[in-house]
Amino acid sequence: MSGPAGASPDPLLTVRDLRSYLATGHGVVRAVDGVSFTVGEAEILGIVGESGCGKTVTCRTIMGLMPPGTAYSSGEVIYHPRGERSILAASQGQLQDLRGAQLAMIFQDPMTALNPVLRIGDQLLEAVNAHAKLSRADARARAIDLLTRVGIPAPARRMRDYPFQFSGGMLQRALIAIALASSPRLLLADEPTTSLDVIIQDQILSLLLKLQQDTGMSMILVSHDLAVITEVCDRIIVMYAGQVVEEGDAATIITAPRHPYTQALLDALPQAGQRGQLRSIPGAPPSLIDVPGGCRFAARCPLVTDECLTWETELLDTSGPGHRSRCLRHDEVGKAGAWQASGSA
Amino acid sequence: MSRFGSMPRRLVHLVILMFGITLVTFFLLRLIPGDPALAILGSSYTHERAVAIDSTLGLDKPIWTQYGLFLGRLSHGNLGFSFFYGQSATTVIAHHIPPTVFLIAYSAVLAALISFPIGFVAGLRRGGIVDQSSRVFFTLSFAMPAFWLGIILILIFSVHVHAFPLSGFGRGFAGHVYYLFLPALTIALGFSTVLVRSLRAATISTLQAEFVDTARMKGIRWSQVLWKHVFRNAILAVVAVYGVNLAYLISGTVLVENVFSLPGLGTLLVNSVSTRDYPVVQGVTLLFAVLIVGINLITDITQAALDPRVGQEIGA
Amino acid sequence: MSAIWAASPSELLMKAAAKASGRRRSFAYRRLPLIAGLALLTIAIAAVLLAPVLASHPPNTIDVLQPLAPPLTPGHPLGTDQFGRDIWSRILYGGRIDLAIAFGATSVTLVSGTIIGLVAGYLGGRVDAVLMRIVDLFFAFPFLVLIIAIIAMLGPSFFNVFVAIWITSWVAYARIMRAQTVVAKKQQYVLAARALGYGRLRVMFRHILPNTAAAVIIFSMVDAIGNIILAAALGFLGLGVQPPTPEWGTMIADGQNYILTAWWLTTLPGLAVVFVGVAFSLIGDGLADVLRSGDR
Repeated sequence: MSGPAGASPDPLLTVRDLRSYLATGHGVVRAVDGVSFTVGEAEILGIVGESGCGKTVTCRTIMGLMPPGTAYSSGEVIYHPRGERSILAASQGQLQDLRGAQLAMIFQDPMTALNPVLRIGDQLLEAVNAHAKLSRADARARAIDLLTRVGIPAPARRMRDYPFQFSGGMLQRALIAIALASSPRLLLADEPTTSLDVIIQDQILSLLLKLQQDTGMSMILVSHDLAVITEVCDRIIVMYAGQVVEEGDAATIITAPRHPYTQALLDALPQAGQRGQLRSIPGAPPSLIDVPGGCRFAARCPLVTDECLTWETELLDTSGPGHRSRCLRHDEVGKAGAWQASGSA
Repeated sequence: MSRFGSMPRRLVHLVILMFGITLVTFFLLRLIPGDPALAILGSSYTHERAVAIDSTLGLDKPIWTQYGLFLGRLSHGNLGFSFFYGQSATTVIAHHIPPTVFLIAYSAVLAALISFPIGFVAGLRRGGIVDQSSRVFFTLSFAMPAFWLGIILILIFSVHVHAFPLSGFGRGFAGHVYYLFLPALTIALGFSTVLVRSLRAATISTLQAEFVDTARMKGIRWSQVLWKHVFRNAILAVVAVYGVNLAYLISGTVLVENVFSLPGLGTLLVNSVSTRDYPVVQGVTLLFAVLIVGINLITDITQAALDPRVGQEIGA
Repeated sequence: MSAIWAASPSELLMKAAAKASGRRRSFAYRRLPLIAGLALLTIAIAAVLLAPVLASHPPNTIDVLQPLAPPLTPGHPLGTDQFGRDIWSRILYGGRIDLAIAFGATSVTLVSGTIIGLVAGYLGGRVDAVLMRIVDLFFAFPFLVLIIAIIAMLGPSFFNVFVAIWITSWVAYARIMRAQTVVAKKQQYVLAARALGYGRLRVMFRHILPNTAAAVIIFSMVDAIGNIILAAALGFLGLGVQPPTPEWGTMIADGQNYILTAWWLTTLPGLAVVFVGVAFSLIGDGLADVLRSGDR
């Protein structure tokens, strides 16, 4: 299975057949079950899907942040600036080198993502000093500069504060500053706006976009909220039950989705001027322990046929360049009558 | 909760508590069934001696006057008169304070030295050898009465292997450290069970916290993550437990002092029971309560120092 | 410190599945401590109750011919003390005292503390404030010290040990029960009962109590260990039963003098205490585990 074709920027990170399984007392949870994608230089990739689809586990596996006694993984994660060897089985020392300086991550809930008993400044300095030998004055100057760039007012004073003295939005900005401290080339943002209120969400997203443009770094933005993804991303992959079900560039996926699940997600977005009930997707995602054979979306799919239930799924090329879908009837998605009558654009 | 109001309110609480303590210890004496003078004098009972005792104990006055006198004497540091020793109870009690305080502090330190590393490692490597063996060890030692454990330790380390002395307090600081090692160890082992369990649980839950991932993500050394982030937070949960149990373990010192013949407050208390030296019993009880209040205060201050969130609440 | 890596998807599934089934097995082992503890406790209770049957000699019989006989002497499986009294028999009879104190003291304080806590929590207001201040006050004293002081005043005896414990131990139960009651007061079933016009007593005892009793019952296990050790400790200090009645604590104390020549005098009764202590400890741990894991 080759990687997606025709990605114009140079590839920065290639993920190939990534699998991440968790060994629990209830059985093996196949959280990520064969995911492949590429992120190019200065590109923003969006990963969208409902809770439990495996998008967070994907990011954590790439960073090597899965719990050691429980998590098992296979596949390849290639960070091209460091050669063609997979970093998935890298040693502790190699991982340490990469983290912060090349790859960085910000997490969903800013309230718990910072050490509550250390000052913000100390935690930021820790990041600044992780990969550079700076004098105390220089390190402090860089820290203040970072805080200013993420839009925290009175940075010198706020460095002495503790996390509990910051609001949610401010904490998230601080976390972004920490993530950028060693100038990484790839930032993984896992639901960075989910626990913030709508106005702050907007601010944080604009901040991320601006920082990306200023630094030219790549980004993987993970969210269950398609609206957030569509605002910011160049390319999108849609995940369901541990697999990629659709991938392509953002504009095409939004206007002409080629997988019933993507179509359903789009339909579920509230539209201005829409009347009537909000549309949700009936049913629930399948168990990740006893994974059903055939297409995993079959139980909830309006286009399902008998063939879908036994098909060994794979990503199929569709009409658009670089646009692939894990659906036998991908060319019928979006036609009138395929879903319930939609008034969406 | 304003930064302003908390400190004074706590002080008021403390004062009320102290009053309550004096009240309880005062009423201890009233528990004596029958005539205290008779109990004290036994066969050397004469009417004059009884009257003298009654007035010394203040038993001939109405009850609230007695309490007032009691408080008055207390404020001057006068704990009454020891019938057995024939001196002021305060003097007698004061002589016995050092071994007890030394023992408590020593046990506290030993307990931390034992339980912190074990608890932390047990939490880090769940199900590992340290975790499993410590669980077995501490379940057993928890069920052992402190005084029996002390005797066994004497049996092994003093009698068979002449490593440590059988009894006594020793001279000088180094002497104290040497002589009190076994007694302090006895208390520390009983104490450690709860500490290990608590630190283990706290470590496990802290490891799952998101800020640990943020720290790892920075690319710093794992040892630094463990120390600055995991341990530093896990220990918070243990401090509160530490304080509560230390107060509880003071009971243990009474027994351990007895086993090791240490001239401390515990031995004094027990001896005074058999000699019916009631004022001393009263005074020692009062002192122990004050000790506990002191330990709780130290715990609170430590918590505030370690955790800025708590520090703000207390207004410290 | 990252996930374990497998070279291929099939190897991945194998490794993960192996670990998962290991996890499943350890679920079953969780019940073991509770069962073991109950078994040990039953043995202990049975042994002391059947003392007259199991003992080889009456406990106070002096055998001048065989003082300080070591264990495994014929006729004296655990040896004899300085008066030639059989240690095995004294342990069995002594156990009656300690277990009686443990059960007798615990049950009374369980009931009294629970009632007080229930009343304080339910009535709230002044009653609650006063009762809880009293509880706090008791907690300011080291437990043993207070008991010793009380026994000092009342005079050492078997009965006074009970009295001392009754006076002091109810506070822990009261505190736990009050906390539970305060929460329970606001639950639906209580509001419903009151709406139906049930009197306060009825609501407290027939509605709230059955639903909140679990916490105090578990605590009573822990308390029981404490009381056994306490009973032995008081005996050790000479503040409980008086000689020649056998009791584990007094035996340990007496044996201390002979530690150099006859170690069994002090060690064996202590092992008896440990035996019962371990039993309660396992039961307490087991119960806590069962409730925490939701008893699947």
